[in-house]
Amino acid sequence: MKRAPKQAGAGTRQLHGVRRPARRAAPATEREVRLRVNGRDVVRSVEVRRTLADFLREDLSLTGTHLGCEHGVCGACTVLFDGAPIRSCLVFAVQAEGSEVTTVEALGEIGALSPLQQAFVEHHGLQCGFCTPGILMSAHALLRDHADPTDDEIREVLGGHLCRCTGYQGILDAVRAAGR
Amino acid sequence: MKSAPFGYLAPVSRQEVLAALRRYGSDAKLLAGGQSLVPLLAMRLARPAVLVDLNRVADLAYIKPWRGGLAIGAMTRQRAAEHDPRIRERLPLLHEAVRWVGHPQIRNRGTVGGSMAHADPAAELPAAASVLNAKFVLASARGERVVDAGGFFTGYLSTAIEPDEMLVEVRFPAMPAGAGWAFTEIARRHGDFALVGVAVILRGDADGRCTDARLAFTGVSHGPLRLTEVERSLMSRRVDAPAADDAGRLASSLLDPEGDIHATARYRRHVAGVLATRALLDAAGRMRGAS
Repeated sequence: MKRAPKQAGAGTRQLHGVRRPARRAAPATEREVRLRVNGRDVVRSVEVRRTLADFLREDLSLTGTHLGCEHGVCGACTVLFDGAPIRSCLVFAVQAEGSEVTTVEALGEIGALSPLQQAFVEHHGLQCGFCTPGILMSAHALLRDHADPTDDEIREVLGGHLCRCTGYQGILDAVRAAGR
Repeated sequence: MKSAPFGYLAPVSRQEVLAALRRYGSDAKLLAGGQSLVPLLAMRLARPAVLVDLNRVADLAYIKPWRGGLAIGAMTRQRAAEHDPRIRERLPLLHEAVRWVGHPQIRNRGTVGGSMAHADPAAELPAAASVLNAKFVLASARGERVVDAGGFFTGYLSTAIEPDEMLVEVRFPAMPAGAGWAFTEIARRHGDFALVGVAVILRGDADGRCTDARLAFTGVSHGPLRLTEVERSLMSRRVDAPAADDAGRLASSLLDPEGDIHATARYRRHVAGVLATRALLDAAGRMRGAS
């Protein structure tokens, strides 16, 4: 196992025979964060290395946000961050201080699906459903900003997501239908 | 995959950032949009003791006029640059290049300065900066200095930024009047890392003969690569199909890319030549003779 990098400023240093006071210890690795999630104010103390995705799932039990690759490739963890779709695995929870985060739980629920979600049902826009929450958030933002997007615009947004079961045609059809 | 533990600082001013860099030096890493750094942290390829988050620093996200061109604050989101009408109008090559960066979801968070400072060998913006002769403004507690694109990119994931410095602004001189331009790349899927990309700027005289040619590749070397030999070979020529073919073949013969699981070296070399030919013809088509 690799040794952890030397922590800045630990202990005192001997430099040119002069004893210097220790530099200030590294900043805290835990921090309080205040944000709004799906319209509710949230205050939590979190480890600073915790990603927003893990924070949503583990701390807030919002498990609709899925984690696939955990390094920004697959798009399953996409949420809206101050309205813009982003990878929640590439943002630390502490960076969401003062921000508004929207997850798939805000779109609709069983028995009361959003029109976009309903379109996914009707156009075979999902099979196993793992990638679906992320795609829904990207598509939701697209339709919010462009009432009737072109296929190219839809494809550009879907390019940021991996789906390994249906192929993308059903997803494209669903987003197109929901835009009309 | 989880990052190793680190200390986190969220400064709100440049002075605070520079003080943190002076205190922690190479133990600290600056966090811009995080679209490259956070994966490196997650895979533990980077293990900084302290992360200095630039997202709350005032006055680092802006696009403003600079000597007929534009100065872009380091924390300007790629998405903001993509949609800025001044960039589209004055620096169409940069507008085109930024559209090739990742996906919209990446560009919503990724920054212009972060892409430059990370200096991925397949990145688009460094190649654009290279042909646009961009200037990089580096600040430290010692003061500010300006580095040309040629001196800024120093190797694989390496730049001229010293451990106590931060990139605060990228200055893009105006594109020459009547210049033709092109940016294109080949990737397995749009949004994936470029296998090869090329940026071109051409200027010509009233007869359409080339008076200035700039050509930079991405994805085929340690960083953005200007091929001055190809540039020189185009001088005084009309950039028509035979000239563009010659230049593409010359580029291909000069390149020595590495192969990986995405593409062999031979394929990259071939595609680089084809892309160069295409980009030169596109740029020539957009060129207007100086009057």
